[in-house]
Amino acid sequence: MFKLFGKKTVEGTTQESSAVASASSEPMSSPEAASGLDKLKSAVSVTGRALVGKILSLGADASRVLTEDDLETIEETLIRADVGVDMAVELTEKIRKNPAVHPTDKLKVFLQDEFSRALALGPHANELRYEAGKLNLYLIVGVNGAGKTTLIGKLAHRFVQQGKKVVIAAGDTFRAAAEDQIEVWAQRAGAELVRKDNADTAAVIYDSIHHAVESKADVLIIDTAGRLQNKFNLMEELRKVKRIIEREAPADLVYEALLVIDATTGQNALRQAEVFQEAVQLTGVALTKLDGSAKGGIVFNIAKQYHLPVKLVGVGEKIEDIRDFDAQAFVNALFD
Amino acid sequence: MFDQLSERLQESFASLGGNKQLTLENIDEALKEVRRALLEADVSLRVVKTFITRIKERAEGENVIKSVSPSQQLVKIVHDELTALLGGENKPLDLEGNPAIIMMFGLQGSGKTTTCGKLALQLRKKGKKPLLIAADVYRPAAVNQLISLGKQVGIPVFSIENSTDVLEIARQGLQYAQEQQLNTIIIDTAGRLQVDTEMMAELLLLERMVKPQEKLLVIDAMTGQEAIHVSETFNTQLDVTGIVLTKLDGDTRGGAALSVVEVTGKPIKLVGTGEKMDGLEPFYPERMSTRILGMGDVVSLVERAQEAIDLDEAKEFERKMRKQEFSLEDFMKIQRTMKRLGSLDQILGMLPIPGLTKDMREMLAHGGEEQLRRVEAMINSMTLEERRKPEQINRSRKLRIAKGCGMQEADISKFLKDFEMMRQMMKQMTQMTDQMKKGKMPMGMKMARGAKGAKGVPPFPGGFPGGKKPPFPF
Repeated sequence: MFKLFGKKTVEGTTQESSAVASASSEPMSSPEAASGLDKLKSAVSVTGRALVGKILSLGADASRVLTEDDLETIEETLIRADVGVDMAVELTEKIRKNPAVHPTDKLKVFLQDEFSRALALGPHANELRYEAGKLNLYLIVGVNGAGKTTLIGKLAHRFVQQGKKVVIAAGDTFRAAAEDQIEVWAQRAGAELVRKDNADTAAVIYDSIHHAVESKADVLIIDTAGRLQNKFNLMEELRKVKRIIEREAPADLVYEALLVIDATTGQNALRQAEVFQEAVQLTGVALTKLDGSAKGGIVFNIAKQYHLPVKLVGVGEKIEDIRDFDAQAFVNALFD
Repeated sequence: MFDQLSERLQESFASLGGNKQLTLENIDEALKEVRRALLEADVSLRVVKTFITRIKERAEGENVIKSVSPSQQLVKIVHDELTALLGGENKPLDLEGNPAIIMMFGLQGSGKTTTCGKLALQLRKKGKKPLLIAADVYRPAAVNQLISLGKQVGIPVFSIENSTDVLEIARQGLQYAQEQQLNTIIIDTAGRLQVDTEMMAELLLLERMVKPQEKLLVIDAMTGQEAIHVSETFNTQLDVTGIVLTKLDGDTRGGAALSVVEVTGKPIKLVGTGEKMDGLEPFYPERMSTRILGMGDVVSLVERAQEAIDLDEAKEFERKMRKQEFSLEDFMKIQRTMKRLGSLDQILGMLPIPGLTKDMREMLAHGGEEQLRRVEAMINSMTLEERRKPEQINRSRKLRIAKGCGMQEADISKFLKDFEMMRQMMKQMTQMTDQMKKGKMPMGMKMARGAKGAKGVPPFPGGFPGGKKPPFPF
C-alpha cells in the first residue's frame, strides 16, 4: 500500500503511517536530518516497548536480586523479540550469574552493552559504501515479499536527491509484472530503468552494467527475483548474476550485496542469510517493514552468526522512508 | 517444512533413551527440549507454553511414566496434540453460494496476489468459473501482476484502470461476474499493517459490502513471534474464516502455523509452496504433525520428485515402490534427478526412519555420496535388460559387471542384495504411509518397539547404525 499515488494522498504531503505517527512527515533530503533519527527511534521503540518495557518494570530496588520468575520473564521477553532462543538463554544466564546487574538501572546498561556488542562488527561496518567517481553497484537480494523493490525505489530516491545519477536494473524477470512495479518506483525516484521483458536476468544485468558505465552513472541498483532460498535453479541464476558482475563491471567497482529481510521474519532469516551469503557473498542487510509492530530482533543473531551488518532500514511506506542503520541509536531506542 | 523442528524433537526423545524409564525429572528435561525446538521453529512463546502444559498434563494423566516405552508414548502424545492444535482434520473452502466470494488479505509481501492466481486455477480445475478482482490499488503494478497471472492461467481479471476506489471496483466486479455468469469470485486486496487503522477500516467496509463467505488471512510461513499479533488483530476485526499459509517450502520451519491456529481458533485451509501456479495444496494437520515429528513423509518425497521429474514418472515411481518393481533403471533415473531434489541429507530426512538423528543422517549422507559413485559405476556396466530385471543377474553376469567397473564380484552381489532389501523397504514404507492415512497408529512407534514390534522386516537389519552399513544404496 503505497499511498503516494493513492486517493488518500495530497501531493507533497504524504500521509503518516500510523505506527510511526510521532515522526515528522516532511520529505527528507538527507538521512542525517533529525526527523530521520526520530522516525527510526519511534519505529524501533515499538520494538523497545515489547523488548525492554517488561524487563524494566521488574523494579528498581538496588538491593534486589532477581527471582527465577523475573529471569524467566526476561528470557521470554527476549524470545518474543525474535532475538533467538540461544541469545535469550545466554543473556539470561549472564544475568543470573551476575547479581551486580540485577538492579534495574544496571540491568539496562548491561543489556545495552550486550546488544551493542552483538551489533558491533567494526568501525563503519554499518555504513553503506559509496565512493564518488566510481560505479557503485548495489545488488539487492532476498526472499519473496521481503520488500526488495520498494527498498530499491527508496534507495534510488535518496541517491537522486543527493544529485547522483542512478540506474536501476529490472532484474526480476520472474514474477508477474515485477518490471512494471520497479518502473513506477524508478519514475518516482527519478532514476533510469533498464528493463528487458521476457529476457533472462543475466541479460538485463549485462545491459545495465554496460549502460551504467557508458552513461557514467554513479549508482547502479540491481533488482532480483524474490527467491525462496532453497530453489536450486533460482539460486544458480543468482550465482550467474554474481559472475556477470565480476566479469563485466569495472575493476574499481564499489560493490554491495544487500539481503533484504522483512522485520516480521523469525528465525528463518538466519537460513536466508546463510544461503544468500553462499550465492552472492553478502555485504550487509537491509531491514524492511520496521514500522509495524515488528521487532526486528533477528538482526542481533544475523550480526552474530553471519557477521552481516545492517546497513539500511525501511521505516514506512513513503519514498523517503529509508534510513541508515545506526547501531547505537537502534540499541538506545530500545530503552527509551 | 518443519525439518529442523523434527530433528530437535527426535534428539530430545532419543536422549531419553529408547526404553529407559521416564521420571518426573527427565520428562521435564524432554519437554524443555520440545519447548526449545518449537521456539526455534518460530512458534510463538504463548502458544508454546500452552502446548507444553497440555502435553505435560496428558503425559502424567496417562501414566506415561510407568508405561513400557515411555518415550514412544510421549512422542505419540506430542503427535496427537500437534494434530489437534493444527485443527485435527482438513477443512475445505466453503464454496457454496452463487457467486461464492472469497476475500484475501494480509500483511504486505505475504503472498496474496500469487495465492489468488493459484487459487483461481485450482477452482477452475474443480469446475468453477472464477473471476479475479484486482482491489490492490496501492502497490505499484499490483493490478498488472494479477492481470498477468490471470493471463497465465487463463482466468478473467476485473480491474478499473487508475481507480483507487476499492468499493467501486468490487461493486462493478461483482456485477461483471453476474453478467458473465462467473460463479466464484476472488478479491485480491492490498497488503496492510494490522496496526494501520485507516487501511483496516477500508478492509472492513469492503467486507461489509461484498459479504464474502471466505475471508482468508494470508500469512507468510516465515513470520516470527509477530505472527500472533498479526493474526489476532486481523481475526478480531474481520472474523477470519480461514488461513492460507504461504512460502512453506524448503527450509521454512513454519512454526507460525501453530501460532496462528492456536491464537485465532481458525483453520489453515490452504498451503502455498513455490512460485509456480500449481503450488497450492489443501492443509492436512495430521500429515503436518507426522512430519514435524520426523516420522517421514513419503508422500511429500514423491511430490517433491514430481517437481523434478514429471507427474507421470513420479506416479510410476510410487507404483513401482509399492509393487516392489522398482528397477535399477528407475534407480538411475532417480539418481539423475536427485541432485535437483535436494541433498541426500534432505531426502533421508523425509524418510520414516525412527531414531535417525541429524548427525547420523549427515554421516549416512556423506558415506552415501561415496557409495553412490560406486553404485553408478556398477549400474553403468550393466545391460539395459539387467537394469530392468536385476533379479536375473547370475554369476557370469556379475563377473562381467565387476570387470566392467573395476570391482569385485562380491561388491556386485552385496549391492544387488542391498537393492533388493531396499525394494522391500520401499514397499513397506508406502504401505505404512497408507495405513497412517487411514488413521492407524503412526509407524514410528510400532517399529521402534523392536522385539515386540511390528511384523515384517525391521528397517535396519544388523543393528543399524552400529557399524554395519545401512541397506540404503542411496
